[in-house]
Amino acid sequence: MSESSAPLVTMSGIDKIFFDKYANRGVDFELERGETHALLGENGAGKTTLMNVLAGIYNPDAGRIYIEGQEARFASPKDAIASGIGMVHQHFMLIPAFTVWENMILGMDSVPFVIDKRNVTAKITELSERYSLPVDPGAKVSTLSIGERQRVELLKMLYREAKVLILDEPTSVLTPRETLDFFSTLRRMTAAGHGIVLISHKIEEVLSIADRMTVLRRGERAATVKSGETRKETLVRMMMGHNPENLRRKRARFGQTVLSCENLSARGDRGAISLRGVSFDLKEGEILGVAGVAGNAQDELCETLAGLRSPDSGKIILRGENVAGMGPREFIERGVSYIPVDRTRTGLVPNMNMRENIALKKYWRKPAARGKFMLDWNFLDDLTRSLAEAYSIQTIPAESPVRALSGGNLQKLMLARELSDKPSVILAMHPVWGLDVGAAGFVRERMMEERGRGAGILFVSDDLDDLFEMSDRIMTIFEGRIMGIADNPSDFSRERIGLLMAGMAV
Amino acid sequence: MRVWRLEPRARTPAILGPLVAALSLAAALVIGGVLMAIMDVNPFAAYYEILRGSLGSWYGFSETVVKAIPITLSALACVLPFRAAVWNIGVEGQLVMGALASVAFVRYCPESGSVAMIAGMSLASAAAGGIWSAIPGFLRGKWGVNEIISTLMLNYVALCLMDFLLYGAWKDPMSMGFPMTAPFPPSARLWAFGGTRLHGGLILALVLPVAAWFVLRRSKWGFEIKVIGENVRAARYAGIDVTKNIVMAMFVSGVIAGLCGMSEIAGLHGRLSRGFSVGYGFTGVIVAWMSGLNVLALPFTAFLMGMLLVGGETLQVVMSLPLSSVQVIQGLMLFCVLGGEVFRDYRLRGPRAAGSKEAE
Repeated sequence: MSESSAPLVTMSGIDKIFFDKYANRGVDFELERGETHALLGENGAGKTTLMNVLAGIYNPDAGRIYIEGQEARFASPKDAIASGIGMVHQHFMLIPAFTVWENMILGMDSVPFVIDKRNVTAKITELSERYSLPVDPGAKVSTLSIGERQRVELLKMLYREAKVLILDEPTSVLTPRETLDFFSTLRRMTAAGHGIVLISHKIEEVLSIADRMTVLRRGERAATVKSGETRKETLVRMMMGHNPENLRRKRARFGQTVLSCENLSARGDRGAISLRGVSFDLKEGEILGVAGVAGNAQDELCETLAGLRSPDSGKIILRGENVAGMGPREFIERGVSYIPVDRTRTGLVPNMNMRENIALKKYWRKPAARGKFMLDWNFLDDLTRSLAEAYSIQTIPAESPVRALSGGNLQKLMLARELSDKPSVILAMHPVWGLDVGAAGFVRERMMEERGRGAGILFVSDDLDDLFEMSDRIMTIFEGRIMGIADNPSDFSRERIGLLMAGMAV
Repeated sequence: MRVWRLEPRARTPAILGPLVAALSLAAALVIGGVLMAIMDVNPFAAYYEILRGSLGSWYGFSETVVKAIPITLSALACVLPFRAAVWNIGVEGQLVMGALASVAFVRYCPESGSVAMIAGMSLASAAAGGIWSAIPGFLRGKWGVNEIISTLMLNYVALCLMDFLLYGAWKDPMSMGFPMTAPFPPSARLWAFGGTRLHGGLILALVLPVAAWFVLRRSKWGFEIKVIGENVRAARYAGIDVTKNIVMAMFVSGVIAGLCGMSEIAGLHGRLSRGFSVGYGFTGVIVAWMSGLNVLALPFTAFLMGMLLVGGETLQVVMSLPLSSVQVIQGLMLFCVLGGEVFRDYRLRGPRAAGSKEAE
């Protein structure tokens, strides 16, 4: 490490303008050697934008960047990487069909025409031992778990000799156990002199790992504080500008069973059985939490219950009618609403405007349809306007594609569409995933209202806090099997659920 | 560092689309001009001849419209599946199948009256084009067979089938060996307008794009097609039957292509001869893209292409340039339009990042 006393990174007065609005305005940011500096803020507060500027993905509209005291101008991410700045995005930038070592050297200018594979793998092995990031250089990325892929992304940056690592919501894909390992890796990196920028929503995690925190609010810097000198509540207030309300929980009034599964089995995308003989009941006015580490057939469960995947065997009984084998349209018309985790890939059409995205689940039936063939866009226009208001969705020009909206607004848009039909069953997969405090609170509140209205809600999450807060009962899923259903709040112990999630019978 | 770079546009100004299209065309003309200059042809004189030939007289104008008819219809046949992100490159073959079906109807029901004849030819050609197109549509929808390859290959099957019939069973004994059918009876001719070669196909070329606009914009089916094209996962999530809709889009595309083949031989040529379509099905792909898949823009873009074709004939006569020189310009246009699209979705920013310098 050089002896210079200048900070590793200094950003001063950064402006970035999108949509004639400031995504960042006059933001100052500093990162020292060996420091973990967290960036906190609600969705759309400008955290990722700021870091995209640092990583050379965007040109700032104003402001300067200094790397170790030297002014830097990045024309592309390549320039930023050459200056030692590497970013691991929320959505990984790996080619699944390539091996780990191939992904590692992908896009590097310094790779010779004839690749010395042994040299590359040796370097990967060395790095993965030094930072305890175990990964097999010869493995195909498509065979790796999410946690392993993240390790590959980190190694990729270390391989490029990045001094500054920008991590965008790195723990959102990890289990609690993996998160602990991940944090110890981060400590190893800072000990070696790397600087780490951690973009996150999770305040508690941030407090446990970060040295300093910078809070952004509406594109501007609200504060920079040291970790030991601040409390959780203070941070939340700085992020939101006001105190969040606590969820008001009414006593549950369960009604009849709306949905029951009997011995339901289904195959995964690769054709192997992944959902194995699941049985449970869901009642009106009940939130049934589904706890499990991502990838334990929660997707298959929800898709089967939404009619998107046809079950191999078993029954799905909706209000007394076995609907197993029917298509998604039949499920929708029987009041099953599915809120998928991948908003922009499944739940919404990013290139279409708001009205068209609202129409997605309504266009074929009254009142959105006029006659057998035609659509009533005037009706949909009015509906969209009133839903946007009711769900306080950011207003964009009527013809603008919704990809311009932030994650929180997209989720609200999807909820607005799904809940406006008053579904009797709601399959909600990670409905607050990736949302800021404000939007997440709104989503939870709306779920509670739906529960109060009498909808049966299947609430899939890997966040135990969320599950405990929301659920009337918690069902734990592991490798496609139900490990246990906790009926009473007294059974909701972290340890118990945690063990069940890990596949251990209790 | 002096670097120019592209950044995504937050919002696309409304005039940018037409402006980019116009500038792309201009760029194509400039590059074409340079090529002509290399061939020792004065590009200004050549472009003047194209304009004079295509618009300079009533005859030239009507000929341009005659060319624009099949181009509009072919382009329309491309747009529908393109909207669903299904790449039908087989319009040429579907057009040929439509033409063959109308000949078959004329041959086997020669006694029909004019109305029955035209109705019968229309039905036969629509069915033939539609089925020819629905086959790769079904393969794609059901098993994911790449429709670009299958539609492209089916073009050659259709063309060979036409050759087989034109050199064999359907050859006009009076044609002195030329590969063409006997002339159609008057009952099988579409109405002609005045003393020109304009024919009833013009009605199709004007009405069908408007009808397609209405369907795409206002109907449930148009919406389903659009959702499939933009996000097929979301389409399944909303319960849209993707396979069925892809087959339908391809079928309708083939129907339009088939009608186009019918209108060319029943309206214009009055018989089927080899080479009745000078690659209209492929020109349709270019025109569909140049129009930004906007069906209402198709007739205008097709008219522009018609100008090039008619003007190109003038070039052949007056400046003794080969017709392929015009096809070069056509190709350049597609390149420039596709390349120009970048500037619709992105903006070029100068090395001094401040301000918002925009370039078209």
